[in-house]
Amino acid sequence: MKVLVAVKRVIDYNVKVRVKSDQSGVDLANVKMAMNPFCEIAVEEAVRLKEKGVAEEIIVVSIGPKSCQEQIRTALALGADRGIQIETDDELESLAVAKLLAKVVEQEQPGLVILGKQAIDSDNNQTGQMLGALTDMPQGTFASEVNVTDGKVAVTREIDGGLQTVSLTLPAIVTTDLRLNEPRYASLPNIMKAKRKPLDAKTPADYGVDTAARLTVLKVESPAERQAGIIVASVDELVEKLKNEAKVI
Amino acid sequence: MAILVIAEHDNASLKAATLNTVAAAQQIGGDIDLLVIGGNCGVAAEEAAKVNGVSKVLVADNAVYAHQLAENVALLVADLGAGYSHILTAATTGGKNFLPRVAAKLDVAQISDIISVESADTFKRPIYAGNAIATVQSTDSVKVITVRTTGFDPVATDGSAPVEAVAAVHDAGTSSFVKAELAVSDRPELTSAKVIISGGRGMGNGKNFSILEAVADKLGAAVGASRAAVDAGFVPNDMQVGQTGKIVAPDLYIAVGISGAIQHLAGMKDSKYIVAINKDEEAPIFQVADYGLVADLFDAVPELESKL
Repeated sequence: MKVLVAVKRVIDYNVKVRVKSDQSGVDLANVKMAMNPFCEIAVEEAVRLKEKGVAEEIIVVSIGPKSCQEQIRTALALGADRGIQIETDDELESLAVAKLLAKVVEQEQPGLVILGKQAIDSDNNQTGQMLGALTDMPQGTFASEVNVTDGKVAVTREIDGGLQTVSLTLPAIVTTDLRLNEPRYASLPNIMKAKRKPLDAKTPADYGVDTAARLTVLKVESPAERQAGIIVASVDELVEKLKNEAKVI
Repeated sequence: MAILVIAEHDNASLKAATLNTVAAAQQIGGDIDLLVIGGNCGVAAEEAAKVNGVSKVLVADNAVYAHQLAENVALLVADLGAGYSHILTAATTGGKNFLPRVAAKLDVAQISDIISVESADTFKRPIYAGNAIATVQSTDSVKVITVRTTGFDPVATDGSAPVEAVAAVHDAGTSSFVKAELAVSDRPELTSAKVIISGGRGMGNGKNFSILEAVADKLGAAVGASRAAVDAGFVPNDMQVGQTGKIVAPDLYIAVGISGAIQHLAGMKDSKYIVAINKDEEAPIFQVADYGLVADLFDAVPELESKL
């Protein structure tokens, strides 16, 4: 079985986000970029499936500017076999990304597609589900456990009240939650080896997909700052303030 | 304009998130139809009929929808939703699961997690874990939207809308429900509680959460946790408050032994009053707290409980 993994290049999760003064967006100039943390978990899960003998080949795809080849190389160093980059300098919306991925799915015919549940920049949480609709594949979103057995995959999902397990007919889509696994680090020899693994560069036009935006971002602002309050000296003072000042207990 | 709101429920009861979502729909303006999709969901449908501001309740009650599998629910909503100007549901794990499938079937974008309605086509939503707020305008014919419940005050439930059955049955046949392991608790749910007390890595282990539960029992509060406490295995994941857990905005949020990582703040910083109890006076949580107490939590929390 082939496994397709989609990865996104985003601002490193440790970087403090700054809104541009002209409110046109977030300042990404000279900021450290990295693979979206949920996508790292997706790559790791695919590599573990290959180590278990469930997956034969792992294809990693990323959509973005030339620089997203770095994230594809990272995935190749972690154990993916080959990469596809779909080059665009536009910030594509989830629907356009899902349409491009649907074309890749059509060509590659993977048994399983693994994606992060959301990217930490746009926080949309849409692409996996949209890909499911476009390809009529079932989905196991927010996965904390994945088990593939004869033609099906059982996915345990993190939901509001606890956990839910669903059984999906392959081919299927899985989106990762934080507790699915702990991604490994790439070793130096594997980083060197990754440089020689195949990486195909494509464009949205190669797939005949219209990627025009449906949404216009009118402005991006900083959220309202919360002011620090006071330090109370004792539990008695705290209870008194909550009762008489805040009136919340 | 007509707006379709998909109800959040578990067949046996309507969830409070539905009331916040209807409130968002009222701000957009227009007739609001409330759609209940489930199996043996008659009780939830009766409760839905009482939600204020709703023109009619549509009920799709069939075994194929019993577990609200995204594949089946999305086919139904895409089928019914095409004639509406807006389709809204709560940005819970349920809504986030099926609604993007609806958007893709209708070939429109989805606007996730809106926190305010600026006009019928323009909305505000947090990005970068709430570190920036984007104002987004949609050009699509149908606006497909998930609503962050903390952004909207719930509507009342003393109405009486007519109820209509929906006959359409959509079964994609590609997924099935295996099991659910749901936490059972007498305490209020995190996302609708007026008071929340949460523990972090400072709690040391899961057993120590009992001192938070004692306070919660006195205040009628829900008990939450930071990601650090969940990742350390102290408590289950459904207790996690934060960017990747639950987003909450109670009247009172008591953070105990929580340092205040950005990830956690993103999930609770819209609370009305925040109390922080932490022995490290440099902890970032104090920068957002209305009342901070620098103390050992194992002394302060039992003392707090005894004085409530």
